[in-house]
Amino acid sequence: MTSTIISRRALLQTAALGATGAVFGLRPWTSARAADLTVGIVYVGARDDFGWNQAHAVAIKALKEVPGVKVVEEENVPETDAVSKSMESMINLDGAGLILATSFGYYSPFVVDLAKKYPAVQFRHAAPLWNKDKDPKNAGSYFGYLNQAHYVDGVAAGLSTKSNKIGFVAAKPIASVLSNINSVLLGARSVNPKAMVQVIFTGDWSMPVREAEAANALVDAGCDVITCHVDGPKVVIETAEKRGAKTCGHNASQAPLAPKGFITGGEYKWETIYKGYAADLAAGKTLANFTAGGYEADFVRNSTFGAGCSEEGKKAALAAIDGLRAKKPIYVGPLKDNKGKVVIDKSYGNLDPFLDKMDYLLEGVIGSTT
Amino acid sequence: MSDVNLAQSAPRVIAPVAIGSSRWRSDAEYIVIPTLAIAAALLLFAVFLLGVGKSPVEFVQLVWRGGFGTAFSLQNTLQRSSPLILTALAVAIPARIGLIMIGGEGALVLGGFAAATVAIPLVGVAPPMPTLVAMALAGMLTGGFWMGICGFLRYARGVNETISSLLLTYIGVAIMNFFVEGPLRDLSNPNKPSTMPIGSDYMVGPIPGTSVHWGFLFGIVLCVALYLLMSRTTFGFAARVTGGNFRAALAQGLPVGRLIVACSAIAGACAGLAGFFEVAAIQGRANASLAAGYGFTGILVAFLARHNPLVIPPVAIMFGGIVAAGGLVQRRMGLPDATVQVLEGLIFVVLLTSETLYGRFSIFKPRAR
Repeated sequence: MTSTIISRRALLQTAALGATGAVFGLRPWTSARAADLTVGIVYVGARDDFGWNQAHAVAIKALKEVPGVKVVEEENVPETDAVSKSMESMINLDGAGLILATSFGYYSPFVVDLAKKYPAVQFRHAAPLWNKDKDPKNAGSYFGYLNQAHYVDGVAAGLSTKSNKIGFVAAKPIASVLSNINSVLLGARSVNPKAMVQVIFTGDWSMPVREAEAANALVDAGCDVITCHVDGPKVVIETAEKRGAKTCGHNASQAPLAPKGFITGGEYKWETIYKGYAADLAAGKTLANFTAGGYEADFVRNSTFGAGCSEEGKKAALAAIDGLRAKKPIYVGPLKDNKGKVVIDKSYGNLDPFLDKMDYLLEGVIGSTT
Repeated sequence: MSDVNLAQSAPRVIAPVAIGSSRWRSDAEYIVIPTLAIAAALLLFAVFLLGVGKSPVEFVQLVWRGGFGTAFSLQNTLQRSSPLILTALAVAIPARIGLIMIGGEGALVLGGFAAATVAIPLVGVAPPMPTLVAMALAGMLTGGFWMGICGFLRYARGVNETISSLLLTYIGVAIMNFFVEGPLRDLSNPNKPSTMPIGSDYMVGPIPGTSVHWGFLFGIVLCVALYLLMSRTTFGFAARVTGGNFRAALAQGLPVGRLIVACSAIAGACAGLAGFFEVAAIQGRANASLAAGYGFTGILVAFLARHNPLVIPPVAIMFGGIVAAGGLVQRRMGLPDATVQVLEGLIFVVLLTSETLYGRFSIFKPRAR
């Protein structure tokens, strides 16, 4: 009896060892160590959302082409400890040396805490939140001045509109959104002094039903070009296209959604930043903690012109891009807000911190921040 | 998820306790059938993977590695399972008294919000331990009150508790959002509306030697305690009788109303405790991230555990492991995030289908000695 038990146990042990061996024997993950640099990136939504996440995913595709760089990606990661665990898993199981956290709510406490726990790993977060006095030195921020690309949208739209009214579906009245709205206006006015921008705020980053209602309301109000600043512009662009209005995109290219009316759109060019990080790490350089810029740094771009863009609009837009590359300012004062108060006294450079505090809509914009 | 379903399943959970002498045969049925069901689900999933041109072997290896195979992965799994254990209890306990309550998410969110709110005047004034106790109590009381409402409405007004608990979830999330974006907003955090942070001194740390927070251990202890309550006390017996036959319970003079409200409140308290741990161990503040869907995943866990508190931890750990490994699967196999949901869905459907197999195999029938 005893001997049977022992042999059965021995059999089980052998089987267990065999199974473990089979599991560990193939070890598909060892290849992760072969690359010189492994970059881990986390997205809050789907990589093909026609918006914020897609803009990052497009850049990651370009980063993957860089020799010696391996990228691991995870999508739909919520802003809870799930993101710490995902990032930690990338560090522990994939050997990631650089983590890119792309959603606003990832930063505090998750990125900050993890940066303290893993001082040898670099963390970069896609919003200007890094604080040089408080936050770890191996963490940092990067972002793009998308308002420059929206200025170009405005130029192209100003010469493609017939009603001289551009509709803008916006999420929240915060500085970055207001700057995009004002830049569309200034771009349009630079080529078409009669141009107006009408804005509707939906109140949150992702409100597809309200975004569709807002797009419809703007078309009803006589706008023949619609653009937006919401997380996923898909609904706005499709609704406008269905109503026969022209469109300018946001975040990533929405050209495939509007074959008839697409003019152009403001897109992030995160690949410049990502490739820069990879090159710096390969060269053994310390990564910058704070990276920000617009056209002058090649951090933003405009979507390929669509069928909705007029020839003269295209020409003027390309000229505007050249101007922005040469740091030509967008905000040339004095400028009044739409209540008549002078809010911009002189000309400000495109990256001037004064503009980051924007809490007004310029004269020429129909709408209110409250 | 109708009442019919529950009427079928609830008495069976109790059955093994009642049969007595040849218990192990019918007990074995409750182990063999789910195991085979999970195996069948995995087989179906393997076919799915082959269909999209991916290797099932690699998938299994990655799930093992990402969910259980290293010390880090195991802790990752346990951490992810902790809120699920508590929210599954929030479904399982009412189920024993015949109620399908799916509002754990709302109780979790409000519990977490209450915990964070109670902490605001105490942080920096009271020492951490009493503050945390006050926060936990606030979370449990709020959650208990919230789901207690559903129980009360069910008994007093005949309101369907499944619908009311679900709808109250949205109201609960809206209440939290209102306060977090308005009166209780921390103005130093301009872009993500949150309450004031409780600060690292007041946070619940990990269980020593691990990175898993204490919520996991509390969940296990609660599972055992509630199992004993429901199967070894007169309260539990009365609740099960009520769940088995409401009219008979009334005729026996059982305090049906109080039993229903009590079970609902216990459920809400479990979810509220989960909310407390989300605030005190993870987020450090209340904000929209509290509504992360743990309350809804808990429903799956409870149903897969057949509403047996002792089975909840292993099922929750299985779910936690699949989710923890999901990231690695995405990264290594280039599969979309939804792949893991396909697996979860297959397991759920096959397991629920397997319910029809109970009592059909003579090998599990109790026999005379």
